[in-house]
Amino acid sequence: MNRLTHLFQHKTADVLNVYFTAGFPQLNDTVPILKALQDAGADLVEIGMPYSDPVADGETIQRSNQQALENGMTVATLFKQLQGIRKQGITVPILLMGYLNPVVQFGVEKFCQQCQAVGVDGVILPDLPLDVYEREYKALFAQHDLKVVFLVTPQTSAARVRQLDALADGFIYLVAAAGTTGAQTDMNADVDAYLSRTKALGLRNPTLVGFGISDAASFAAASRHTTGAIIGSAFIRLLQATPAEGREAAIREFVRGVR
Amino acid sequence: MTIAATSPYRVDATGYYGPFGGAYVPEMLYPNVEELRDNYLRIIQEPEFQREFTQLLTDYVGRPTPLFLARRLSAHYGTTIYLKREDLCHTGAHKVNNTIGQILVAKRLGKKRIVAETGAGQHGVATATVCALMGLECIVYMGEIDIERQKPNVDRMRMLGAKVVPATSGSKTLKDATNEAMRHWISNPTDTHYIIGSVVGPHPYPDMVARFQSVISAETISQLLHQTGRGTPDFMLACVGGGSNAAGAFYHYLDEPSVRLIAAEAAGQGVDTGHSAATTALGKPGILHGASTILMQTEDGQVTEPYSISAGLDYPGIGPQHAHLFATGRAEFLSITDKQALDAGFQLSRLEGIIPALETAHALACLPLIGAKPDEVVVVCLSGRGDKDLATYTKHLEEYA
Repeated sequence: MNRLTHLFQHKTADVLNVYFTAGFPQLNDTVPILKALQDAGADLVEIGMPYSDPVADGETIQRSNQQALENGMTVATLFKQLQGIRKQGITVPILLMGYLNPVVQFGVEKFCQQCQAVGVDGVILPDLPLDVYEREYKALFAQHDLKVVFLVTPQTSAARVRQLDALADGFIYLVAAAGTTGAQTDMNADVDAYLSRTKALGLRNPTLVGFGISDAASFAAASRHTTGAIIGSAFIRLLQATPAEGREAAIREFVRGVR
Repeated sequence: MTIAATSPYRVDATGYYGPFGGAYVPEMLYPNVEELRDNYLRIIQEPEFQREFTQLLTDYVGRPTPLFLARRLSAHYGTTIYLKREDLCHTGAHKVNNTIGQILVAKRLGKKRIVAETGAGQHGVATATVCALMGLECIVYMGEIDIERQKPNVDRMRMLGAKVVPATSGSKTLKDATNEAMRHWISNPTDTHYIIGSVVGPHPYPDMVARFQSVISAETISQLLHQTGRGTPDFMLACVGGGSNAAGAFYHYLDEPSVRLIAAEAAGQGVDTGHSAATTALGKPGILHGASTILMQTEDGQVTEPYSISAGLDYPGIGPQHAHLFATGRAEFLSITDKQALDAGFQLSRLEGIIPALETAHALACLPLIGAKPDEVVVVCLSGRGDKDLATYTKHLEEYA
């Protein structure tokens, strides 16, 4: 069974998803960080495929993308790094997140084949339009057992949330407040109202909240009305600030601190 | 602003030009783009909008701009050359046709704040100008590197009351300023309108901007008819960075196959030198700034940094309609080097007493390449004036002494 599906069948609250950029801080850090996150107890991991023009991302993730590209990271290199991880004890569900152009240039079908071959469970492609997904990608993703995640924001109409929910089969990524990744989201009454309003829609997919989640307080507030939350920029900042030798311990500490 | 019922070159009902176009935006931008998509045609077709738009183009911008028979240039090339004088628009370029149109749309959508990107600063100035005119707050993102090399325009924007924000991400030029403007829009989804400066971006921007710029070819038709007895030239020449002046100059001629549409791209130091912005020569299909188009990119799909002597052509993509015109062969794309553009800029200055913008000089540089015959008529869209480029021209004065 798809590991993502399996996860949500067994865990319906306080799910922690951690994002990091592939090939950052060093080119070959991808798998060690992935393993450290699994060992620390992350429920799922979202690996970012770096892109030159990440419009939905704030400064922290932009810089990690730029650094990863300077390190020589490519989609092809990422698949090489992920080769064999499922035989080396990595069991945590893995999502690939990235912008559409590098995937299109790699070749969508080849991308799906590679995802399946290395054991990727789902994808988040924020600039993939829903109609294009339905027309050109849906069957291909399904054929390679790749789950898809769509984003929802406080501005998304209820009708469109339902439409996105009908087509998503991984989870719904709730963007906490208008802004790019890493923006300081104050978990205020507005956000709470938005999350409980979304909960009331009774979506078929699990929901994870992202953007501005950085610590135990924001994780708890975000998880109150949802299946869990996503931490990205705060984790990238940790990777930036921690020397390689202390990284595993720091990641353990970080995940424990959120829970 | 009449349009042909159906044309293979215009946007279709789903927002595409053949395989190009669409709206490849993250969900955070979807409501904004949807609001615009669902309202732009209704708004710009309202008689009151048309009245206000036309009046401002007339009384504020100074339209119609003249169609000038360039006799000495014509004699030099042995053909008949007309210059469509967009350089005489208020603010010195065609950019203001679009910003006037978009700010009227923004007002009707109830927006309180305008965000824009700019490269050379021409679109930034045109946006700051209309924001001052309408009393709306104006924020312009400009690459940190461009701020340094286009200081007079930065000062103009500030004088007009705009806030100029340096884009410090990526390569710190136009594409990054565009990213930053989009991020600003993502963070301010309800009260802000993004005035994009060219026929790029997600649908409906390319179509909306082309409609506002279509006044260029609409006027050309009647002026040419008046002056020559025929509304259609044999050639229409325009430069293409994103491609808004070309989109306007081509607009009413798209379905007139007798008019050869010539688009001048910036080859920089030469198409194969690694310092070029010749998108159709060097690029391939991909997705940039919300549209499927042709763009310069690495094998891995990372957008590459273009180079041109002209900051306005220094963009790694082209508008999706231009990608379609290129792919179908409806328009011919010529690569013009920095040197060819400088030659053409000095030539026009000396033969006709008009200093063109460096962008425009690329269009003029096509004149020796198109093989126009003595009895043929060529129109060049003279998209902007060269005052802003004086520092660059001055560096080369000795070569043209």
